[in-house]
Amino acid sequence: MNDDQTSGLEFLEEPSDFQISRRDFFKVAGSGIFVLFTLGDTLLAQQRQGSRLPTDFNAFLKIGEDGRVSCYVGKIEMGQGIVTSLPQMLADELDVSVDSVDIVMGDTDLCPWDMGTFGSLSTRSFGPSLRAAGAEARQVLLELGSEQMKIAVDNLATEDGFVVDKTNKEHRVSYAQLAKGKKIERHASGKVALKKPAEFKIMSASLTRRDAQEKVTGNAKYTGDIRLPGMLYAKVLRPPAHGAKFIDVDVSEAKKMKDVQVVREGDFVAVLHKYPDVAEEALSKIKAKFDQPTSVLDDKNIFDHLVKVAPAGRSVSTNGDLKAGESAAKIIVEESYFNAYVAHSAIEPHAAIANIEGGKATVWVSTQNPFTCKEEIAKELGFPSQNVRVITPYVGGGFGGKTTNLQALDAARLAKITGKPVQVAYTRKEEFFFDSFRPAAVVKIKSGVTDKGKISLWDYGVYFAGERGAQHFYDIPNANTTAYNSSWVGASGSHPFATGPWRAPGNNTNSFARESQIDIMAAKVGIDPLEFRLQNLGDKRMIRVLKASAEKFGWKPGKAPSGRGRGIACGIDAGTYVASIAEVKVDKGTGNVQVKRVVCAQDMGVVINPEGATIQMEGCIMMGLGYTLTEQVHFKGGDILEANFDTYQIPRFSWLPKIETVILDNKELDPQGGGEPAIVTMGGAVANAIYDAVGIRMHHLPMTPERILEEMKES
Amino acid sequence: MEESAMTETIQFTLNGKPMKLTVDSDRMLLWVLRTDLELTGTKYGCGESLCGACTVVVDNIAVRSCQTPVKHIQGREVVTIEGLMKEGKLHPLQRAFMDHDALQCGYCTPGMIMNAYSVLRNHPKPSAADIIEGMNDNLCRCGAHNRIVQAIQMAAKEVEGGF
Repeated sequence: MNDDQTSGLEFLEEPSDFQISRRDFFKVAGSGIFVLFTLGDTLLAQQRQGSRLPTDFNAFLKIGEDGRVSCYVGKIEMGQGIVTSLPQMLADELDVSVDSVDIVMGDTDLCPWDMGTFGSLSTRSFGPSLRAAGAEARQVLLELGSEQMKIAVDNLATEDGFVVDKTNKEHRVSYAQLAKGKKIERHASGKVALKKPAEFKIMSASLTRRDAQEKVTGNAKYTGDIRLPGMLYAKVLRPPAHGAKFIDVDVSEAKKMKDVQVVREGDFVAVLHKYPDVAEEALSKIKAKFDQPTSVLDDKNIFDHLVKVAPAGRSVSTNGDLKAGESAAKIIVEESYFNAYVAHSAIEPHAAIANIEGGKATVWVSTQNPFTCKEEIAKELGFPSQNVRVITPYVGGGFGGKTTNLQALDAARLAKITGKPVQVAYTRKEEFFFDSFRPAAVVKIKSGVTDKGKISLWDYGVYFAGERGAQHFYDIPNANTTAYNSSWVGASGSHPFATGPWRAPGNNTNSFARESQIDIMAAKVGIDPLEFRLQNLGDKRMIRVLKASAEKFGWKPGKAPSGRGRGIACGIDAGTYVASIAEVKVDKGTGNVQVKRVVCAQDMGVVINPEGATIQMEGCIMMGLGYTLTEQVHFKGGDILEANFDTYQIPRFSWLPKIETVILDNKELDPQGGGEPAIVTMGGAVANAIYDAVGIRMHHLPMTPERILEEMKES
Repeated sequence: MEESAMTETIQFTLNGKPMKLTVDSDRMLLWVLRTDLELTGTKYGCGESLCGACTVVVDNIAVRSCQTPVKHIQGREVVTIEGLMKEGKLHPLQRAFMDHDALQCGYCTPGMIMNAYSVLRNHPKPSAADIIEGMNDNLCRCGAHNRIVQAIQMAAKEVEGGF
């Protein structure tokens, strides 16, 4: 994690133009027991070109001669807490204390290739592999112990870093002793049984974050905190709007400033100084001309535009016969839902530092995907990929936004031009300008319900949000789900700027639309919204989370709008089932919505770190209030009108509802995602609560005071 | 090449120690702390006093160092996150943030703690409402708000009667 952390693999620091072969790897990696492991579904050989480490494993652990366990993974820590939860898993499988496990993350020279940290995958997908490696290592230790102690493996156990004789626990040998002078390579075969949840000692217990002390003392190093000798801070000239073409520039005033270096290569113009604020001042003295972009799109006409330019639909699922569904219905509901572009707004803006020495680039980057970033930098510099090393310090929030790494390319380019280490850190304005926003999206739903309150028809089309969460989970005999532009990246000619994944990509949009539509039908047939959901559900996990949230909330049945301001919504994300109930107060004079209370229940399979999981749920609820109530990117003709947190309002302390979370025990199921699911229900739960409070149905996210007032005027 | 006209000597107390700097006194304290003084615990988040990541305490009041020119701290007492530990011991606020898991990515944390320090200085027995009001202009994107409020409440009990 930290640049000053000892890795145990210092040999990799030696400059090398060549990939390290497996034989060399073991020649230099010191003594110990090594377990290499892979994730079957991410074995994309072509993406692994240029890795310095052998490419047939994703991560490895080493039990060294000092008995310490080191784990090398390409994942990164951005607040989600895997710097704590991954060592927890390993410690439990290996029967060692968490304190004896070191983890090295996100360093492309020390860690094997990894696709990136996103999609709530670290615990869900990576976790079982890591545990399998731990279990395998434990098996090796038992075998070594058996040899040394002359006792059959069956009569041995492991305990706190020792192999012990079951009949006489005084008779034991430490892992350190067993690893001494050995060089043992194993691959996680997946054949060694993992511990059962009942056997967990560390995994299911809550543990204070390992990074907490560094973070509360200001010692934790983020990318921008690293300052190399002779380093210059660079500020790059940016266009005033997306699509604006560079015409001319006058850098003479900036050049007059003492110690300011000006770089110009075509339309790439930058100023550098040993202080970032002086570089910023120099940038302000540059006079540049750009032409006006031709785009006429803005945040109001974008929705019509998107529907118009949408590519042909992709069928997500289909069953039954829509015509039959329509004729069976007593009531047909046809609605459209919209959501604005939303920014990631991590408090740490993107930053990178590049240092090029001896034809090798070392680049520190605030990134969620160091290995992708490494390839991008290699391409930018024209370097062979193995001559680029990306190191990922602590990342100050990602949410999907730090999967784009343009700042690293600027830093690398400037380091090459100037021959000095260069830091590029975005201002907040740049952060908004270059953000890959959550796409604006439209959902159109036609649905029907019988006189008995059964949903008979569901015809669902989602434009530009993506497919995640588009698939409904209700029992509907005649249904069709189609995605028009099924990626968060838009087809050419659609979005006027970059879009990308945003915490639970697609699912916030889809769950808001689906759960609003369900509520409308419930209201039309006069059935309590919870009851209506339950009577249209067969999925037991969903029924269970809905009932759990209702019980915790103290849900009293009644048809909406009841004036009580209570709304319910449920969803599935990253394999986790979630149901949320929000209670709101709507100020009819100002249109302001205060969310008073949120109860959220979730079934996420085996819970590795209950405290960590709860924290993620609370974080999702708070962050979710933003896209629900205020967050929207205003723009006009390629000009991003948001430059800072004055106009772009993210949740703050005064919004804090009473938050209650329930995690349902489900030890039968492997760990599912935890970093994203609870955010997907916020839009729907709050929209439904607003309807319950004042009888207005909101179709647009965010539900700003202006929109609330407008809707109240119309109704 | 023009020399900066504003270079002057600034004397102040930094984390309990006397400090003398010869700098362009119009430069913002944030950058002087982070570069000249190599105290990188204080973070840049917005540059316009809108997020609080750069919060430091000057004469017991929380200020946004991103918009505080160095000349304004002449003769004053500045405390940054690096100055909270006393004799190797964490400040009660730091411990409370750890105990309550009142952080995720941790980037806003130094600013949160320094702002809370000032809130507690000015409200020795703060209610939850006092804390929320006092902290409202410090932004956290990870959504640790709930725990931050709890942590400050706990620390308030501990520091009651003086820091």
